[in-house]
Amino acid sequence: MALPQTKVDATEARLSGMEQPQGGWTALARGQALARVREMGLPARRDEYWKYTRPDTLVSAEAPSAALFDAQETPVFGEIDRLKIVFVDGIFDAEASDDLTLEGVTIERLADVAHADIHWALDLYGTLEANGQDPVQRPLAALNTAFATDGVLIHATGKAAKPISLIYRHASETSDVILHHVIKVDAGAEVTVLENGPAAARFNKCMEIDIADGGTFHHVRAQGRDHERRAATHTFARLGRESVLKSFTLTANGVMTRNETVIELTGDDAVAHVAGASLGDGDFHHDTTVFITHDAVNCESRQVFKKVLRNGATGVFQGKILVKPDAQKTDGYQISQSLLLDGDSQFLVKPELEIYADDVACSHGSTSGAIDEEALFYLRSRGVPTGEATDLLTLAFLAEAVDEIEDEALAEEILDRIGSWLLRRRAD
Amino acid sequence: MLEIKNLHAQLEEEDKQILKGVDLTVEAGKVHAIMGPNGSGKSTLSYVLSGRDGYEVTEGSATLAGDDILDMEPEERAAAGLFLAFQYPVEIPGVGNMTFLRTAVNAQRKARGEEEMSASDFLKVIREKAKSLKIDADMLKRPVNVGFSGGEKKRNEILQMAMLEPKMCILDETDSGLDVDAMKLVAEGVNALRSEGRGFLVITHYQRLLDHIKPDVVHIMADGKIVKSGGPELALEVENNGYAGLLEEVA
Repeated sequence: MALPQTKVDATEARLSGMEQPQGGWTALARGQALARVREMGLPARRDEYWKYTRPDTLVSAEAPSAALFDAQETPVFGEIDRLKIVFVDGIFDAEASDDLTLEGVTIERLADVAHADIHWALDLYGTLEANGQDPVQRPLAALNTAFATDGVLIHATGKAAKPISLIYRHASETSDVILHHVIKVDAGAEVTVLENGPAAARFNKCMEIDIADGGTFHHVRAQGRDHERRAATHTFARLGRESVLKSFTLTANGVMTRNETVIELTGDDAVAHVAGASLGDGDFHHDTTVFITHDAVNCESRQVFKKVLRNGATGVFQGKILVKPDAQKTDGYQISQSLLLDGDSQFLVKPELEIYADDVACSHGSTSGAIDEEALFYLRSRGVPTGEATDLLTLAFLAEAVDEIEDEALAEEILDRIGSWLLRRRAD
Repeated sequence: MLEIKNLHAQLEEEDKQILKGVDLTVEAGKVHAIMGPNGSGKSTLSYVLSGRDGYEVTEGSATLAGDDILDMEPEERAAAGLFLAFQYPVEIPGVGNMTFLRTAVNAQRKARGEEEMSASDFLKVIREKAKSLKIDADMLKRPVNVGFSGGEKKRNEILQMAMLEPKMCILDETDSGLDVDAMKLVAEGVNALRSEGRGFLVITHYQRLLDHIKPDVVHIMADGKIVKSGGPELALEVENNGYAGLLEEVA
């Protein structure tokens, strides 16, 4: 079916100013991805998958400028022993980064190795993204594959000695950045990847993760408070037999954030947990879009998303569990909840289950509510002031999501971050 | 300690007077009991005193150690030394019992300009107090009242009372839903807290609790007022003759 002319025009307008990196082992994937973008067209307001989130500023030819945000606080994960890889407006900062040597993994930069003819990531770069275009199109991810200027390629062959920490700094008010990471976890290998920082005025990031049998991948991400940033991120993962993926995202403020996670459970007994906590106070928009496909026997998936919203903030959750005919014994769980701290905020939700196997246990639920007045009075009657009591109840609301972070020290970092956010709001 | 004068209160939502002139003084070191039939306003009195939303005081006063408490926020009343043991303690999923207690203890200390209790001191004190109420480490770790039995919830109320060391304790039907053993345990907890500087107001339907917590004064409440006051023998009279006979006598 031919695309509407307005979509073709908008897509070409965006593409006109862009330059594709040439040559090397990614050339084929990039060419195919560009063809996909032209075939699908970039997201537009009428698209069903963008019903709750306006894509305009994510697809416009020029990135809307974003003022730099001076957070005046120590960056998250400060207490964690980690290997730091720093990108400033998408440009690798060698001086701020650690040496890329780490036991149990090999780490390379996409821009460093892109000119080679052959690379281990050849079979993966753009492949999981391309697979993830069906049954729902994700044109911004294809755009990413076609135009990414850099990224990291992580190959875990054993147990990584420490977490790999991707730090994204924002230095220019008009930076428009596209990064693409590929992570390959070998059979039985294990690695943790951390991400934090605003990255750019507009950030398009894609991460493809291939986990072989018995491999484990942990992912903890903190999307910061910088109010004017815009981000569209995609995480594509393919899980082999008995492999494990656990991904947690904290999103605080920010005018536009769309995080899509696309997971395919392809080996029996695999486990995938995706969780997130969002904090929005003001004219902010957080979209969490998840699509999990069960295509093997006895796999478990969990989606746990909690959003705290006030002063006009909007939270979006589109979550789907697709169980294919042969994926018997599937255990699928999905919960999305919002805590609306005032009457000005909204939570827009589309939970979906699509099940073709007959022996599965899938449940999903979604709620929106205010602070529990009974609990609030109980706390106050014990001497806890309203502000502190509200924070305690807010943390309690978020607990189920934060509990999904397996590593205690990392969970502590996230809780600290949430705690200081709450404290700042309380002073308002 | 607690002085209530001509207290009138009504529901905010509807024009319905529930307290119609309550007069009551609880001296430090004394245990007063309020008994009365359903709907007499006993629980409302406890809510009005603790500052729950939904009630409007239309007349009268209530002071704690001389301070007017009716103008205070619930947390200020708590810091001033008022404690209400709830008839139905609230479950708070996601908030650990220990975190809750420590937050409460330190919030009150802060409000009174006292130094906060260190984590290690707090742990020492709470372990000791929990032990005498037969509250195990697991109950301290679990979310507040979540999955607690009726008896565990009430014991948890008494533990909070023991930790917060209030001047004035109001127990709202603390005996409801308790078996004999649990009631004894709760009563022992309360008795351990009896002291010269502390007043108690025990609200109950039945005389049974008062076998374990011996009151100095017993009041009968009916239709929003205290209609009769006396010694412990008044509770026995209720047990034997019921409220009906007693109220007729008053009328």
